[in-house]
Amino acid sequence: MSDLLKSLSPVWRWGILALLTLLILFLPIPGNAAEPAEKTFQIKASQFAYSPAILAVNPGDQVTIELLAADVVHGLSIDGYKLETTSDPGQTARLTFVADQQGSFRFRCTVTCGNLHPFMIGKLQVGQNALLWRGALLAGLALIAGIWGVRK
Amino acid sequence: MNKLQEIAWKEKFPQFAGEVEIHARLELPRRIDLHQIPWIRPLLQSRWPQFLIRSLTLAGFVFTIFAGLFGSRVGSHNFAIIFVWIAWWTALKLAFIPLGGRSWCSVCPIPLPGEWLQQGGILEKSRRRFGLNLRWPKRLRGSWLQSGGFLLIGLFSAVTLTDARLTAWVLIGLFGLAVILSLVFERRAFCSYICPIGGFTGIYAKTAPVELRVIDTAICAAHSEKTCYQSCPWGLYPVALRDSAQCGLCMECLRSCPSDNIAVNLRPFGTDLAADIKSMRQSSRLDEAFLALVMLGSALAFAAVFTGPWGNLKSAAFAIGSPVWLLYGLGLLVLNLVILPGAFVLTVWMGQRWSGVKVQLRRAIADQAQVLLPQGLFAWIAFTVSFAFPKMNYVLSVISDPLGWGWNLLGTANSTWSPDVSAFSHALQVALLLVGLFWSARVAQRLVRKSNQPVFRQALPILLFCLVFSLAMLWLLVG
Repeated sequence: MSDLLKSLSPVWRWGILALLTLLILFLPIPGNAAEPAEKTFQIKASQFAYSPAILAVNPGDQVTIELLAADVVHGLSIDGYKLETTSDPGQTARLTFVADQQGSFRFRCTVTCGNLHPFMIGKLQVGQNALLWRGALLAGLALIAGIWGVRK
Repeated sequence: MNKLQEIAWKEKFPQFAGEVEIHARLELPRRIDLHQIPWIRPLLQSRWPQFLIRSLTLAGFVFTIFAGLFGSRVGSHNFAIIFVWIAWWTALKLAFIPLGGRSWCSVCPIPLPGEWLQQGGILEKSRRRFGLNLRWPKRLRGSWLQSGGFLLIGLFSAVTLTDARLTAWVLIGLFGLAVILSLVFERRAFCSYICPIGGFTGIYAKTAPVELRVIDTAICAAHSEKTCYQSCPWGLYPVALRDSAQCGLCMECLRSCPSDNIAVNLRPFGTDLAADIKSMRQSSRLDEAFLALVMLGSALAFAAVFTGPWGNLKSAAFAIGSPVWLLYGLGLLVLNLVILPGAFVLTVWMGQRWSGVKVQLRRAIADQAQVLLPQGLFAWIAFTVSFAFPKMNYVLSVISDPLGWGWNLLGTANSTWSPDVSAFSHALQVALLLVGLFWSARVAQRLVRKSNQPVFRQALPILLFCLVFSLAMLWLLVG
C-alpha cells in the first residue's frame, strides 16, 4: 500500500485529494431525524452573559426565546437569522421563529450594556454542526496533503 | 549630483566589475527587488514619504490617547477602543503582517520621539545626541520579555480591550517606556526586546513575502565603514540577516549603502521557514520557539474569552484582582507556560525517540517550532475574522463621533449598518485554519527533507500537535 502511494504521480495524488475534499464537502452528514417540535427557552440576560448561553434545537423546530434583562437593557440578535429583540430590565421580550437553517449560530447583545457588551455572546445550535465536522475531516486531509511525499 | 542621480547613472553605465556583478546578482531566483522598480525607488530612498506616514501615525496615536482619556467611557463609542482594538489590530493581522512582515514597525509612532532624541534630529542624525547609549544586557536579549508582555496583554485583555481610559494609559506607558529606554540604551532596545507587538510581528514576519537582504556579501566585506550597520536604528548588520524576524524595514541601510547593495525583495511566502540548515541553525532559537507557543496559547485564550458563549469566563477575565480573575490568570499561565510548552517538548522528544534522529533536544525544539508559525498566523487571522468583522459598524460611528460627545461630523455617528458576514464568516474561518495547517505540514515536510537525517517519523508527533491545536481553534470559532 505504502509503495503504491509512493508510486503515484503528483497529478494522481492531487486528484485523489481533490476527490476526497469534494466527498467531505458534499456528502450528507447523518443527523437525528426528530420531528419538528415547539421549544421555548427562558433566557436571562445580565452583564455580560446569557443564561442559558447555549440553545440546542432540531432543524424545523419552532423556537420561542423569552428574553429577560436582569440588570440593564439587553438585546438579542441571531447571526444568519436576521432576528432581533430588546428587553428592558424586568420585562420579558419574545422572539419566535422556525429554526430552518442548520448549524451553529452566535447570538449577540444589540444594546450597549457596558464594557464587555461587544462580547456578550450566546450560541444557537440547530441540529448537527456540519461545518465543524467537515472542517475537522478537512483538517485531517490538509495534514495528509501537506505531508504526502515526505515519507522516507 | 545627489546619490539617487548617481545610482541611476551607474545603472545605465556599469563601470566596474563589482557593479556588473551587482546587476547579475539582482536577478535572484523567485525574487522581485522593489528597490529596482523606478517609481518605488525614490519612495524608499527618500526619508520624506516614510516621515509623512510616521507623522500621521504619531498624530493618530496622540489623538487616540486624548480620546481614551477624555472621550466617552463607553468603549464602542470611543475612537481609542475602536481604532486600536478593532481597526488597527485587524489591519495588523489581516494586512500588515501577512503581506508586509514588519512593515508596521517602519511606520510605528511609539519609538519615534526616543529615536529623535537618540539621533539628535528628526530626519538626519546630528552631532548633539541624547542618551547614555548603553548596550542592552546580554541576559535580557531574545524575545523572552516580549513573550511575557504578550502574556500580560492576555491577563488584562478583557479590560484593556474595552476600557478607553486603560487603553490610553497602556499607550502612554508604552510610549514613555520607549522614550526612557532610548535614552538609556543604544538603538531600538524597546522595539527589539520589550514591545509585545514587535514580538508578534517579528515572529510572523518570517512567513511574509517581503525581505531586506544584501545583494552581494563580498561588496559588504570589502566596505570598511559599514555605513549600513552604523545607520541601522535596530543595530543590525544586513549581511548577517538570516530571516525577517528582526529587521524593522526602516530602510536606513538601503539609504546609507554607497554601493546600492541592498535589495527589498518580494519573495515567496514563508521563505524563511525551514530554509537551508546553515540559516536555520543561526535563526531558529529557543526564545522564538517559546514566543511561537505563547502566540498559540494566546490565540486559544482570546478565542475562548471574546468569541465563546461562556459568560462566566468573560466575567472572570474582566474582574481584575478578584478571586475568579486570579483563577482565570492561573489558567492562562498554566496553558501558556506548562501545557503547550510541555506538550510541544513532549512531541519533539517523541519524534526524536521514534525516528532515532540524534539532535540535541534544545536544537530540535527551536528548529521544529518553525512548524507552528503558519498555523499560529492563520489562527490569529481566523480569530480576527470572527472578532472584528461583526463590529466593523462601530468604525463608521466613531469616525463621525470620535470622542462619543454626540458629534456627527460625517453623518455616520448613528450608523447601525453592519456587514452581515455570518453567512460566510464561519466557512472563511474554517478555510483559514485549514490553510494554516496545510502550510505547517509543508514546513514540517521541508524540515525533514533538509535535515541531516530525513526520517518522517520525526515530524509525525509535531503534526499531531498541530492537528489538535487546529481542532481546538475550529471548535472555539465555529463549534
